[in-house]
Amino acid sequence: MSDTATPSVAYTLVVNGREHAVASAWLGESLLYVLRERLGLPGSKNACDQGECGSCSVTLDGVLVCACCVLAADAVGSEVRTVEGVSADADGALSEVQQAFLDTGAVQCGFCTPGLVMAATDLLERRPDADELAIREAISGNLCRCTGYGRILEAIAVACDRRRGRTEARGERT
Amino acid sequence: MTTATPPRTGPRDGLGSSADRPDGVPKTTGAFAFSSDLVADGMLWGRTLRSPHASARIRRIDASAALAMDGVAAVVTAADVPGRPVYGLEHADQPVFAADVVRYQGEPIAAVAAVHPELALRATQAIVVDYEVTDPVTDPEAAISAPPLHPDGNVFRHIALRHGDVDARGEVVVEGGYQVGMQDQAFLGPESGLAIPAADGGVDLFISTQWLHVDRDQVAACLGLPPDKVRLSLAGVGGAFGAREDVSLQVHVCLLALRTGRPVKMLYSREESFFGHVHRHPARMTYRHHATRAGDLVKVEARLVLDGGAYASSSTAVIANATCFSAGPYHVPNAVIDGWVVRTNNPPCGAMRGFGVVQACFAHEAQMDKLAAALGMDPVELRLRNALEPGDELITGQVITGTAPVREVIAAAAARDLPAEPAAADDPLLLPGGAGLTAQRRDVRRGVGFAVGFKNLMYSEGFDDSSTAAVRLEVGADGAPLATVRCAAAEVGQGFVTLAQQIVRSELGVEHVLLGQADTSIGSAGSTSASRQTWMSGGAVQLAARAVRAVLEERAARRDASVDAVALVDLLADGPVEEVRTHHHAPTDRLDERGQGSAHVSFAFAAHRAVVDVDPELGLVRVVQIATGQDVGRALNPRSVVGQIEGGIAQGLGLAVMEEIVVDDGVIRNPSFTDYLIPTALDMPVVAATLIEQPEPGAPFGAKGVGEPPTISSTPAIVAAIRDATGLDLTRVPVRPEDIALGGRLT
Repeated sequence: MSDTATPSVAYTLVVNGREHAVASAWLGESLLYVLRERLGLPGSKNACDQGECGSCSVTLDGVLVCACCVLAADAVGSEVRTVEGVSADADGALSEVQQAFLDTGAVQCGFCTPGLVMAATDLLERRPDADELAIREAISGNLCRCTGYGRILEAIAVACDRRRGRTEARGERT
Repeated sequence: MTTATPPRTGPRDGLGSSADRPDGVPKTTGAFAFSSDLVADGMLWGRTLRSPHASARIRRIDASAALAMDGVAAVVTAADVPGRPVYGLEHADQPVFAADVVRYQGEPIAAVAAVHPELALRATQAIVVDYEVTDPVTDPEAAISAPPLHPDGNVFRHIALRHGDVDARGEVVVEGGYQVGMQDQAFLGPESGLAIPAADGGVDLFISTQWLHVDRDQVAACLGLPPDKVRLSLAGVGGAFGAREDVSLQVHVCLLALRTGRPVKMLYSREESFFGHVHRHPARMTYRHHATRAGDLVKVEARLVLDGGAYASSSTAVIANATCFSAGPYHVPNAVIDGWVVRTNNPPCGAMRGFGVVQACFAHEAQMDKLAAALGMDPVELRLRNALEPGDELITGQVITGTAPVREVIAAAAARDLPAEPAAADDPLLLPGGAGLTAQRRDVRRGVGFAVGFKNLMYSEGFDDSSTAAVRLEVGADGAPLATVRCAAAEVGQGFVTLAQQIVRSELGVEHVLLGQADTSIGSAGSTSASRQTWMSGGAVQLAARAVRAVLEERAARRDASVDAVALVDLLADGPVEEVRTHHHAPTDRLDERGQGSAHVSFAFAAHRAVVDVDPELGLVRVVQIATGQDVGRALNPRSVVGQIEGGIAQGLGLAVMEEIVVDDGVIRNPSFTDYLIPTALDMPVVAATLIEQPEPGAPFGAKGVGEPPTISSTPAIVAAIRDATGLDLTRVPVRPEDIALGGRLT
């Protein structure tokens, strides 16, 4: 909105380990808008605009947040991680969570999927021992209208199992 | 029972397997392009100005201040619509923009294109509209005889169904009145589309929709362009559930693109989405059931009044469904049913999963429980006793010629193990009210309820909703056979793209199957609704694949060999093979003046048993378990079928205890996900599903559509369980906390 009287700003965001320059943006833009419309990262989705549905879930310095409720200019100096940054390696191999979503049929229309992948990834990193109720609680801020959550819960349980199996195979404590 | 032709035993991931979705990987990585993700060079943002009033006359619109804003490229109103000023799915009665009269809150008045979405919003706010506000008509009963709100009148349709002996009487009679609130489809991906003006004076529209061709026809008519100048391509669809059957922003965004000569994108906010699409019809229903003392149904009488809101949408078909299925999946020899759907100044209503049957099922299943109580019979026993079976006549006079495993679905749901009784050691999150931690274990009562429903598959009443598909077979770049399917069927999440691949793999024995872009360059596939795409477009893909195989057989015959004896790549050395075929379902009849006729193609059945925990003092409910038996014909992708069942039950649960668009004097009070609540992972119970597989004669692969039945009888089963736990009547959904806590004293 640089060609209006509204004040515009320039800043730099660090997203998925890369610096992105944002030039001449309206100060009121949300992190979700800037990710999607200015940085070419549309994986975070826009479903409710008010932090109710979790479709825009990203992490900000490791904390799961709704990108629609964060001012982009407030994310300066923080590490932003989006669904585009959760793959298992630099070649874009699917993460355990992404693979489990595919293997269990947890994807239908897919609009909620990136947000759920972020929430499940966050859970897996914090609590790979989560039981079913803990998984339900962890994703209760992510709305899905297609699946009734049954296969999503299965996917996250499978991802937790695989993570624990991998950890035990390495002889580490979970 | 005859079985539809079984497919060849194909390679892996053919029919019957839980094959992976072809769009699964990009949907998990975020790379999948939904319609809201599209961008184009020089793109503008479109925004709609909507009426804040439910009923008003427009005296004047002044857009000069908006047009004067830097960065605003265009403002369009009714005066700028070059073609037909109205559109509609079945009856074109809805203005592209209100010209002189506003008939519902949220009706579009103008649209703006600007360089930034926030600027577009501010520009709409700068448009001055001088309204003369008038009193809205919001009571559907009153609307029947009120002065017309529209030149086409207030009664969209009245069906007076009369079947058998209309004077028949039963020894036992039960009566009841029931209401269903307005439910929203609440798909996650809001309405969005990108229109790009073309050099030929036409427009290319990339859009999330359920039916490209019917959108194309409406958009072309309103733009005053020939249909071939309006080309629609399906962009990624974030769920549908009926809300994308009607045109929303399609005409507006194309008008702005043609006016500005630049690409224009429109993307509704969640709030605008609540105003931008139709909802499930609210219903008021009165019922009288007659039965013998032994428990045989004698007659059902009912009066159904559905509120269609301001414009027709698919109301005339919705009321046909509500009326035809008003007695439930039971043998009912006599029926007197009056179904009405009327125009009011409430939000327009139309298609939502279950399409008219959801409303009727809530009422007829409450009646069956009431009848069981009056007879001193077990409610499941009463349903089994009256269950429809093949060869039975419906209340429309139509005889069921296909499968009707009603007793099987009931028995399957009833046979599942009940969940463990609540225990003191349970996590308090599992109490009604969950994270609120307000309920106490000692106050909680458990209840169990049961319900059965059925619905038509495909469009009814003489409508030929055919589907066209093309299958091409050639040698791919890697030297292996490669098939490509083209079909305009809208993938909205249900998994048609997976199924199309499975069909071709099984029919042609080819592993690599690509899917072409769904667009209007090929024939119509009909709508992704009415549980019809597996049957209709699956059938079209099957026909096209078999036509390809017939060509291969000819080529093999020229080599004096059978087709299976020659490698496919050798047969394809003569060149690629491409065949296009159109699939029609068996013809149906219109309903006559007594609501009689063989109006439907096929039927699918499901039963649900719900277990709930209720805190009667706080009015809080937790659904503990849903057991279901569902008639699927044949499960072509069992994992997808289970996904449809669980997802459909979630929407049924929402209607039972959570979801309602609250409309007050025509004004929506809760257009947000903060105030319109849909089930979360903590609200959804464990689902125990049993698939009943009886191949349906005449159906491709014997498969029935599976999307809608889970949404139909899950709602009444949950409410029956709450009645069981509380002893309350509960005649209205959604059941609100005050309905339980105040025991009906408030409502």
